[in-house]
Amino acid sequence: MMSEGSSFMKGMVLGGIFCLVMSFFENFNSGTHSEVHEHLHHHLKPLSKDELEKLSESQMSDLPLQVRVYCLIMVTPKLLVHWATANDTWSKHCDKSVFYTSESSKALEAVDLQEQDEWARLRKAIKHAYENAGDLRWFFVARPTTFAIIENLKYLVLDKDPSQPFYIGHTEKSGELDYVEYDSGIVLSYEAMRRLIEMFKDEDRCPERGHALWKTSEEKQLATCLKYSGVFAENGEDAQGKGLFNKKSVSSLISDSMGQNPADVVEACCSDMAITFAGMSPSQMQVLMYGVYRLRPYGHDFHDSLTFLPPKDSDND
Amino acid sequence: MSLSVSKLNSNILIAENRRAAPEFSQKVRVLCWVMTQPKHLKSRTQHIRATWGKRCNIVLYMSSEVSDFPTVGLNVSEGRSQLYWKTIRAFQHIHTHHLDDADWFLKADDDTFVVLENLRYGLSKHNAEEPLYFGRRFTPFIAQGYMSGGAGYVLSKEALRRFVKGFADGLCTHNTETEDVGLGKCMETMKVQMGDSRDVLGRQTFHPYPPDYYLPRQTPRPRPWYLIYEHYQPVEGPGCCSDLAISFHYIDAVQMHTLEYYTYHLRPYGYKYRFKLTTLLSKTLIALALETQWFTRKALVNPNLGCHSFKEERTSVCLIVMCLRIDGKSSFPNI
Repeated sequence: MMSEGSSFMKGMVLGGIFCLVMSFFENFNSGTHSEVHEHLHHHLKPLSKDELEKLSESQMSDLPLQVRVYCLIMVTPKLLVHWATANDTWSKHCDKSVFYTSESSKALEAVDLQEQDEWARLRKAIKHAYENAGDLRWFFVARPTTFAIIENLKYLVLDKDPSQPFYIGHTEKSGELDYVEYDSGIVLSYEAMRRLIEMFKDEDRCPERGHALWKTSEEKQLATCLKYSGVFAENGEDAQGKGLFNKKSVSSLISDSMGQNPADVVEACCSDMAITFAGMSPSQMQVLMYGVYRLRPYGHDFHDSLTFLPPKDSDND
Repeated sequence: MSLSVSKLNSNILIAENRRAAPEFSQKVRVLCWVMTQPKHLKSRTQHIRATWGKRCNIVLYMSSEVSDFPTVGLNVSEGRSQLYWKTIRAFQHIHTHHLDDADWFLKADDDTFVVLENLRYGLSKHNAEEPLYFGRRFTPFIAQGYMSGGAGYVLSKEALRRFVKGFADGLCTHNTETEDVGLGKCMETMKVQMGDSRDVLGRQTFHPYPPDYYLPRQTPRPRPWYLIYEHYQPVEGPGCCSDLAISFHYIDAVQMHTLEYYTYHLRPYGYKYRFKLTTLLSKTLIALALETQWFTRKALVNPNLGCHSFKEERTSVCLIVMCLRIDGKSSFPNI
């Protein structure tokens, strides 16, 4: 009995060492890239007021034309009411918004990818968007359960060059991997998209159908493929360091703040220039639309350096 | 009361890039009184104090007991049956102690959210020495109608004088427990005029329910129960509510701070609002207004009605306002 036990133990130890060695090698490959980049990026903020004021007249008039956003909204018939709400509200503020569905619905228009696997669907949508981008250079990927304020997204990336790789949102860590959370929306520059699509061809490092026994979420698979192409996740924040991409609803964040900062609930809660919220019901999203684009106190004027006009064929904004 | 005035000035929100509201706060002085009770101070009223309460020129929290909140103690007990007594005593207290401290007197519940700047803007075109009363107009029970209590209503100085005089002279009595109906009856007796608080597009500014009752789109349907009392034809969907909304009701603590965030903080950078306040409206809009019947109302253009206090507006705007006057009663020209 004892000899069998010790063989077993030896086997376990050898296997354990083998695993550790393998994971060490895996990290080693991508490790060199992350050292260089992590210090430069990771926290991404918009231009400060002073920097904006320093821009020349011609630069100012060019900017709104350059910062144009293609929205990829990943829907399924199960999310029909949220789909309809996103279609009716915030998506109209994208320069181009395309709904990508797993299967078509008679009620609403979408590009039918005819694909049940979420990662495969995301890959197809990304390829389609890149091919149909025209002169749009920024891409925003979200589900219809997310609500986005596109003007604030534009403000964040105003001075960033889309021919550089950018991958922005609310970042989380999974082991060694920094990834952008799907629920709060994913921003990709044109260059990031281009590299990603190149990486899609690599079936070993960026497979379309996972080989592993377990399924990794699309957000992590996306981060992995991007990491292999030298593109790293960055957390979108305002000048005070408050996150701009939120995976919770407004009331959830307010409620948290009431517990943590009862003296200063709203100041401590969320950024004035927030970009996304998630987990809201369709009627809460209609109220948010009104709250963002309409409800305001008479007499509070802002002297913003840029102008965004209300879109055609939209109301409640 | 210079103390309250200096307090207000220090609390005006002046965030980066923002100009403070043109000094309406001195030209259009509003005293707010909040109908509350000891049980609610922590769960409700403190959130009003933390948000919109400080924007009033004077804010009084009316309760059955005096306290360090601070609350004013009225000589009334708590309970639904006492609400009209509380209202009467509250206005009497205000008349005795604060008549000269404000021009307009707002009543709100401890679950009402109010945007003071929009209230002042709407009131700015009106004369507080006239007997006027604004709010969300309800139809039943009283011939001229009455204003919803929960949505908040505002009395001009003259209306307040008449309310108090009505009780002093026995013309108005405690004839009901329902405070908004009771007050509405006294207003009618004392010949106080009902105002129209809707904006130029016919959208409501005072709301007796939270925004999610009105804003989501609906297919055309018979009036739901919460719109049964409406005096004006209700609109469901985005046309329900003015951009310059004044109040929402049945707002719990989380919603109070959420609305504060939406109104005073969260905004789209650089966005040019669709609903613009212009002093000169285009000829097309004027023509449209003159030709169409808006929301089943009959627009009466009475050349005898002057456009008093429109010092800076042009004639075209004047025409629109005259169109919106109904049966000679004054409208709420949020232009």
